[in-house]
Amino acid sequence: MKRRAISLLLTVAMGVTLFAGCGSASKGSGDGADASEGKVINIYSWNDEFRQRLEAVYPEVKETSDDGTVTTLNDGTEIHWIINPNQDGVYQQKLDEALGRQADAAADDKVDIFLSETDYVFKYTDAAADVAMPLKDLGIDCDKEFADQYDFTRTTASDADGVQRGSTWQCCPGLLVYRRDIAKDVFGTDDPEAVGEKVKDWDTIKQTAAELKEKGYYTFASYADTFRLYGNSIDNSWVEPDGDQVNVDQKIMNWVDDSKEWLDNGYIDANIKGQWNDDWNKAMGSQSKVFAFLFPAWGIDFTLKPNWDGADGSWAVTTPPQEYNWGGSYIHAATGTDNPEHVKDIILAMTADKDNLLKISKEYSDFTNTKSGMQEAAMDDATYASDFLGGQNPFAYFAPVAENIKIAPLSSYDQGCVELIQNSFSDYLQGNVDFDKAKTNFETSIEERYPDIKQVNWPE
Amino acid sequence: MKKKKRTVSYAKWGYIFILPFFITYFIFSLIPLADTVRYSFYEYYRSGIKEIGPNFVGMANYASLLKSDMLQYGANTLILWIIGFIPQIVIALVLACWFTDARLKIRGKQFFKVVIYLPNLIMASAFAMLFFALFSTSGPVNSILMSIGLIHTPIDFMGSVFGTRSLIGFMNFLMWFGNTTIMLIAAVNGISVEIFEACDLDGCNSIQRFLYITLPMIRPILAYTLITSIIGGLQMFDVPQILTNGQGNPDRSSMTLIMFLNNHLKSKNYGMAGALSVYLFIISAILCFIVYRMTNDSDPDGSKKAAKKAAREERRRRK
Repeated sequence: MKRRAISLLLTVAMGVTLFAGCGSASKGSGDGADASEGKVINIYSWNDEFRQRLEAVYPEVKETSDDGTVTTLNDGTEIHWIINPNQDGVYQQKLDEALGRQADAAADDKVDIFLSETDYVFKYTDAAADVAMPLKDLGIDCDKEFADQYDFTRTTASDADGVQRGSTWQCCPGLLVYRRDIAKDVFGTDDPEAVGEKVKDWDTIKQTAAELKEKGYYTFASYADTFRLYGNSIDNSWVEPDGDQVNVDQKIMNWVDDSKEWLDNGYIDANIKGQWNDDWNKAMGSQSKVFAFLFPAWGIDFTLKPNWDGADGSWAVTTPPQEYNWGGSYIHAATGTDNPEHVKDIILAMTADKDNLLKISKEYSDFTNTKSGMQEAAMDDATYASDFLGGQNPFAYFAPVAENIKIAPLSSYDQGCVELIQNSFSDYLQGNVDFDKAKTNFETSIEERYPDIKQVNWPE
Repeated sequence: MKKKKRTVSYAKWGYIFILPFFITYFIFSLIPLADTVRYSFYEYYRSGIKEIGPNFVGMANYASLLKSDMLQYGANTLILWIIGFIPQIVIALVLACWFTDARLKIRGKQFFKVVIYLPNLIMASAFAMLFFALFSTSGPVNSILMSIGLIHTPIDFMGSVFGTRSLIGFMNFLMWFGNTTIMLIAAVNGISVEIFEACDLDGCNSIQRFLYITLPMIRPILAYTLITSIIGGLQMFDVPQILTNGQGNPDRSSMTLIMFLNNHLKSKNYGMAGALSVYLFIISAILCFIVYRMTNDSDPDGSKKAAKKAAREERRRRK
């Protein structure tokens, strides 16, 4: 009998373990004393960038656990960091699931703050989706608090009706980063002003490209390098609000035509297919024949610097042929948050406090979202000069670009459109398919990615 | 009567102990399976973060899949599988024969068995990443070829249909030939030594021995290899996905059926993905059936067909 009881127990135990994963793990310890504010702030992000910056400048931070998952604030509230990698859309997938459960979740399990990138910010700021709170509902007077922010960052974080539903600490104006030794070899000078004159618009840079080619240099590494400049200046969004048709802008087709011309003329290295691959990384090395890259502040710091194997001071920045923005992380307050006061405080401290933003600029060489602050930085060569750029102060070049950026109208389909149009036309640019086949391939893949897209309209 | 009651039935413990498996299977396999089929009749996807559906649409998903390039992707999958499978089975058969041949006396058999199995231990995605780096236009393979003077300009392996498909086939071959070899070695070892001895005494040469003894005797294992390989081939995903960055470049010529399925899952299009899965299920079922019939019924000694024939002749004789 005893043996039978034990075996029954074991069987039951085995059965129970099967279901153990299904139950919800933590049930509200949040029904505590403070009824108005929860004890846990859940922040969704894809890396620890935001956490580092928060720890660096937010005055309420007391300490962070060693594994970096929990940050305790002075009043005892805990910030729980929920980090999922951006690769393959994992971050958005997890975030979407969490936001879908938001209404039913226990107070302390609710998403309070989440981050998004420019490429998909509109998916979350969409008024119909209503997952990111309008900041004015938190009690933030946007026009007053964010007056010093760059206007285009505010537009980007707003829904179609212009209601601001997010805010950012950084701003990503892009520059043209070039090799000083190549500039000296070809133009006889590496002075940023002189080189800037050589690349000031598309017609001029094309003549410069021919000069570079004569000496055996490529102007850019890949045809994908210039995409952001065209893609960010489109006149109409990829998909009209509530539309089921993708409208390909003439500017995009210009990118295809120009890239083809540049490739045929040998101004771009035809062996480098797109960005973020090994060949592209190698093009940033000292053996490469590539003259320039188009990068915002993060690109110089996180992409160019690690791939460069020569001495410091070999690169310099100058004004690009066209103003553009590349990237940027936005902070949103999740609808249904149980910590509105904390969330408001964090957003204001991280994105509207000029001193904090300047501190971030100093420590992390981010170009931050404060017009007056960045103008000061542009003047302050002593603090902001970069060794990597041979003592040049990049802020002097970033600031004017940032002021002239006109952000393209966004839609929630941008990420797929931008990714797939580049992929489809890569085949065309590499000579694998003809122009019409590339168009059809784009139509096929966009309808696969977005089942509600019924048609693709091409410019005349 | 009393005696009967006293006998202990041990059978029920058997059932109880296999119960966890059936519960797991029911929850994690059977229900999702049924759901897959069910959702294949629905319009059910996400647009942004809004969920659309599920709305019942009947066979619309199936119809629109037929209108899409699905058949082309099926053909791609088949081609990629064949490119990998033919060298795999040939090399595996040759190796299996050598390793089991008592007269060849190969040294370090165990060592070679481990070595040929090693590629299978690497994760497919890591393997694809490795090949991507090796064969990129400025990669080591091109550098070597150029420095020994075989070519003057780097070959764009991943830029051509032939290059990409060959690389994928080659990787699948490398990953799986060791596994097949080990399996075939086991099969050949299962053949009674006396048969080989008898054929040697009768004066067979090694080719005859391979064709008339080894091959027919390992037919069941060969069939098993073929079936598992077909099913594995239909599910080919990680190698082409990583190598072509999920695009099936160039011109979607390396897009396999599962990569196509995966594209639908980017928008959580359960309806379309479900319909595609059902198609895949039907194809695998048919393929399995064909292979099963092929290998079971044509066997001249002791198979169903032979038994039927014998029975027929018996009847005729009686008449």
